[in-house]
Parts: sequence; structure tokens; C-alpha cells
Amino acid sequence: MVTELFPVTLKGAETSRRGKRLVGPVDLSLDGQGLCVVLGPNGSGKTTLLRLMHGTARLTGGTVQWACDMDTARHHQAFVFQRPVVLRRTVEENLTYPLRLRGVDRKAAKAAAQDWAERVGLGQHLTRRAMVLSGGEQQKLAIARALITNPALVFLDEPTASLDGRAMREIEAILLQAKADGTRLILSTHDMGQARRIADEVVFILGGQVHETGPAKMFFDTPKTPEARAFLKGDIVE
Amino acid sequence: MRHAFWLVVTFDAELAEIALRSLRVTLTALVIACLIALPLAALLAVRRFRWRRATIALLNALMGLPPVVVGLIVYIFLSRSGPFGALGLLFTPTAMIVAQVIIIVPLIASIAHQSLRELWAEYHDLLISMNVTQMQKMRTLIWDARRALLTAALAGFGRGIGEVGAIMIVGGNIDNATRVLTTAIALETGKGEFALALALGFVLIALALGVNLAIHWIGQTERDSRW
Amino acid sequence: MKQTLLLALLTLFASGMAHAADQMRMAVTTSFHNSGLADVLLPQIANDLDLEVQLLVVGTGQALKLGEAGDVDAILVHSRAAEEAFVEGGYGTHRREIMYNDFVFVGPANDPAIIGGAGAAEDVLQRIAEAEAVFVSRGDDSGTHKKELSLWAEAGLDADTFDGWYNAVGAGMGAALNTASGLNAYVLSDRASWLNFGNKGDLVLLFAGDPVLFNQYAYLPVNPARHDHVKSDLAAKLERWLTSAPAQALIVGYTIEGETLFVFNAE
Repeated sequence: MVTELFPVTLKGAETSRRGKRLVGPVDLSLDGQGLCVVLGPNGSGKTTLLRLMHGTARLTGGTVQWACDMDTARHHQAFVFQRPVVLRRTVEENLTYPLRLRGVDRKAAKAAAQDWAERVGLGQHLTRRAMVLSGGEQQKLAIARALITNPALVFLDEPTASLDGRAMREIEAILLQAKADGTRLILSTHDMGQARRIADEVVFILGGQVHETGPAKMFFDTPKTPEARAFLKGDIVE
Repeated sequence: MRHAFWLVVTFDAELAEIALRSLRVTLTALVIACLIALPLAALLAVRRFRWRRATIALLNALMGLPPVVVGLIVYIFLSRSGPFGALGLLFTPTAMIVAQVIIIVPLIASIAHQSLRELWAEYHDLLISMNVTQMQKMRTLIWDARRALLTAALAGFGRGIGEVGAIMIVGGNIDNATRVLTTAIALETGKGEFALALALGFVLIALALGVNLAIHWIGQTERDSRW
Repeated sequence: MKQTLLLALLTLFASGMAHAADQMRMAVTTSFHNSGLADVLLPQIANDLDLEVQLLVVGTGQALKLGEAGDVDAILVHSRAAEEAFVEGGYGTHRREIMYNDFVFVGPANDPAIIGGAGAAEDVLQRIAEAEAVFVSRGDDSGTHKKELSLWAEAGLDADTFDGWYNAVGAGMGAALNTASGLNAYVLSDRASWLNFGNKGDLVLLFAGDPVLFNQYAYLPVNPARHDHVKSDLAAKLERWLTSAPAQALIVGYTIEGETLFVFNAE
């Protein structure tokens, strides 16, 4: 990557809506080693934290600082949503869309689309309409569409939360491959098993507050906070 | 009734000319109206601005605009003693196009806005994340909702081609110049020539259906190649 | 296939642009247009003068308004008082009488008000009012409507005071005849509209011939001093033609079902 995004630093970052604080204040610094998992139960503010970093949630206090300016950072990021958002177009047109927006010529875009469709196992479906794909296929398509511009960082907000085991395994394989190819990933999940399988680094969030940050192995072996210990034990935490 | 059918079957030159004029006026109005209404609808969908709600309410209200009143207002504006009198447009096909555009823009924009708003709800997060410009948002929405927009355009066409009040007033129903199917029907009914009026009615219905079918057929062929 | 469709559309838009060398607009009354005489005169005018006369078929009231606004180049109407006011107001250069036809009373064949035996137009109206027989009025400020109102006045009656049986439809001659046919009502029509009317139903011509029913048509060019875009040279050309011998021959020779409709009286 030519542009270096990391480290990203959040200082007292918070977002509230109608006087109610959804997330924060968060003090956090990530230097984006490999795959970072934002872990926490439902409603803990994972999505909002990701959006805050991406710049699509309104910051009502504090700062989010990338190593470069926000616009440049946004340009080198992509976002994958829990419920896959696919354009009402064919698989191929979904994949070429972000490339065409960036001025890539039609032929090169089509070639890249072909390549990425094959990488995520949708090579046979290029001319099908994305809307008729299964949920797992749509999410794979969304991930391929995120990766096709060769971003420095991809945010994934609970990408497998509503999918079956097979789709989850395939998607995790795709993500690990992307990591191996040098893309940084920040993924949110409430699924402890998934975190254990793929995380290099963990950010544990609860009630809009970041309670613990550190290498995955350390987090799982020796959690420092009582909330994290309770969560890892399988207790209900809130 | 039989006489009416016979008139349609023989399809004499004058009837053809009137039918073609109807088609030309309404299709021109439709193209212009779409060029105004679709970007407007897309803008209303993607952009929050101060008068947005008021504009939407206004469009919905204007949908029910009585064509006769539109005709009257256009007439007053285009009359030689009106503000645009110098253009000499009254009683020309151009005047009829102007009136029809005013009548169908709110209709097309309103229907188009409904579907574009839904699509925008679907696309919002993705396009915001991709940091696309307003123009790109609008283009994406319009392109991806094109089938729904075609329906909106068809509704506009239907309203335009069947409209009589406004174009009677601003066109004047001049033989060989501004007489179209609807005004000819009104004229022939006035003369008690029901057979001819009915024949014109058949042609009008056939035209409306024909354009509908043609457009659906275009949509169909496109779908076949995609699915 | 799509290309074919597109091509068809393009040809459609390119077509229909060919017209005669000169064009002018003339507002005429519905009664004149319904007579069918225009269909005889216009082709001959196009032929003799290379002039396309575009007709706006409206009531006398609107025809005069169109002239006042300068939206037409000339008008051909039949309502003397209004025409004279039009010229006096400076909207028209002058008034030139061309021809006349006549009004007739039409009504149901069984003639409940027995107007068939009336001696004069006044008598006809008095009988209708007396019997309160259903009557349809144009009610659209047209020449025919004005004529009808003046006839009621001459008969010593006021149309405003009528109720129930008197129906002002506010529409052209054809629509009024359609309504009369539907209601089986009496109606005052110009002879030409009546003869050309295709939906007579039970209606028949019951009374005609009183000189008060004569219907004088006059030609009024719009004053170019008020509206400089008015094609007064073409209007003058048309006036010369309308008052010429060939026009006279066509007007006098025009018949419907063997009946002569117009009497040429231009000077």
C-alpha cells in the first residue's frame, strides 16, 4: 500500500442520538495488524464503533484520527454490512460498479470482476441478477465488491451473523486469504467462536465502552476485566 | 358500431395523420417531462434540503392538477397579449407539448420518487460508504430503478395521450395543425358523428396499448438476456 | 429490433412538417364550421392563393376575444352588435358582410308545444314557454346563443326567469343538439348544423322562414395597429377572395341534402 492509514487513534470519541450516548467515550489506538475483531454482545455498539472509524456515523465528541486525512482514508477503505447490500444488477455489474466509479475502463473492470467472482466461488453466476442469489452468495459478492478496489482496510459488520455454517466457513476462508494478501480487516462479531478462529487482535466492547484491547491470544487466555471474563465464560453480560 | 370498425380497418390518411400527431406531441412531451421529472425525483430521494418535504407535498398535490386549468394558464401565458405572446406559440403543437409537460411532470416525478426512495433506503449505507457524489448517486438510482421508472413514464404517457381539456384550449383543435385524437373525438361527438368518434376512440386505445406493449416488450427482452 | 423501433420513432418526429407557403389563422363560429362550407372553401383558397387558413372553431364570444388578444388574424362570426363593438373598440379594421343563412327551430316530432303552426318566431317562443316544453339553450355566449336571447326578449320573455324546462348547456351547437336529442327537447339551431347533424333521433325541423331568423356572417380583419404581428396582408387577400365571384359561386352552390344553405350578399 502506498498510503498508510494506521495507526488509527480515537480520543474520547463518542456518538449520541437525541441526547442518548450510543458509543463512547472511546480511547483506542489500533495499528491494524492483520485481522482485528471487535467483539461484544448484541447491542454493545459494535456497528456504531465501526461506522465511527469509517466516518459514516456522526461524531458528537472527541476525535478519530487516521495516519492520513479522513477523505484519503475513506478512499482506501470499504465496508461490508451485516445484511448484504447488493445492487439490483447482475453479479458482474455489482463487481464492476466500484471500479467504474473510480474510472477504471470497462474492459479492465470486467476482467477484474471475472477474477474476483471466481475467487469467491461465484464464477458461474456472473450474468445472474444479484437479487436472486442466496444470502451467503450475496454476502460473498458484497465482500468481493469490497475487495475489488484493493483497499488498505475493509470493515466487516457481523458479516456472517445471519448465515449458515457452510457460508460462514467459506467467508472466513475468503477473509483469511485477503489478510494473507495484505489487506487489513476490522470485523465485528458477537460470536466468540468466530473470534477465536480468525482474530489476531481483539477489541472487547460492552455498553458502548471499550473494556479491553490486545492480541487475541492474550485476550482469550488471560482476560483482564471481569466483564470480559464473564463474557468468555458464556455468562449474559450487559 | 360496424361503421366505426370499418373506418378503423380502412385507416384513411387523415386518421393516420391525426394519430401520428397525437403520438408525436405526447411522446415529445413525455421525453421532456422525464428529463425534468426523473432527476428531480432522484434529487428528492438522495438529498435532504430545506424545502424537500414541501416540494414532495407540492408534487403530490400537483398530480391532481386539473388539465383544463393548466390549459387555461398556458393559454393566458402564450396568448399574444400574455407575457410570452411574442413567441407566437399559441395554437401550435409546441403549446400543446408545453401544457402536457406541465400536466405529466408532477405525476412522473411523484411515482418515480416513490420507487427511488425505496431503492435509496436499500442502497443508502453502501453508497454513503463508497463516498460517491450526489450525481453518481442519482445516476445509480435512476439506472437501477429503470423498470419502475418506465412504469412511471407509462403512467405519464397514458395521462398525456388521453388528455383533451388542456390541449383543446392551447392547441385550438386546428385541422391539419393541432388536431389530435382526443380533440377530434370531442369535435366529432359534437357533430353527432358517433361512428367516426368511436373509430378515433379505437385508434386512441390501440395507440395507448401499443406503446405500453412495446415498452413492456423492451423490458422483457432485457430481462431475458440477464436472467 | 430496438433499432427498428428507434428508426420508426425518428421518422415519426421528422414527418409532418410540410405546409403551404402562407399561413393565417381565422376564428370562425361552430355553426359556420358545422355547415361543412369550410371544407369546400379552404381547399379552393389554398389552391387560388397558396394560403393555408387555419380555423379555430369557437363560439362568437371567444372568437371576438381571440381577435382582441391578437391570437388570430381575422374572424368570421355572426353577431352584429358585438361585431360593431369590436370594430369600434379598435380591435378590427372594419366589418365586411359576406353571406347569411338562417336559424331554425328543431324539436320532437310530436311537437307538444305545437310550434309547427306558429306565425312568427316570437309566437314560437311564447308557445314553448307557455307549454313549459323542454328547451335546450347553447348558453355559451355564442352568436346563436345571443340570437336566442334576443328572440326571447322580442317575445317579451326573460330567459333568466325560466326554471326546470330551460336547459343552458354551455356548449357548442353539436353538443346542444346532442343534448336536445337525448332530452327530446326544442332547440334553436342554424340550418347548416342541423342538416349536417348525425344524431337526429326523434327531432325534426318544426319552424323556419321568419326573416328575423336570418343569420348574417361578417368578416373582420384584426387591426394591425394594435397587434403588429397580425398578417393583415394575408387577411386582406382572403377578404378579396371571399367577396369574389368564384367564392360566390361556391357559397351559393353549396347544398346539403339538396337544400341551399347560404345567400351570398357581399358588396
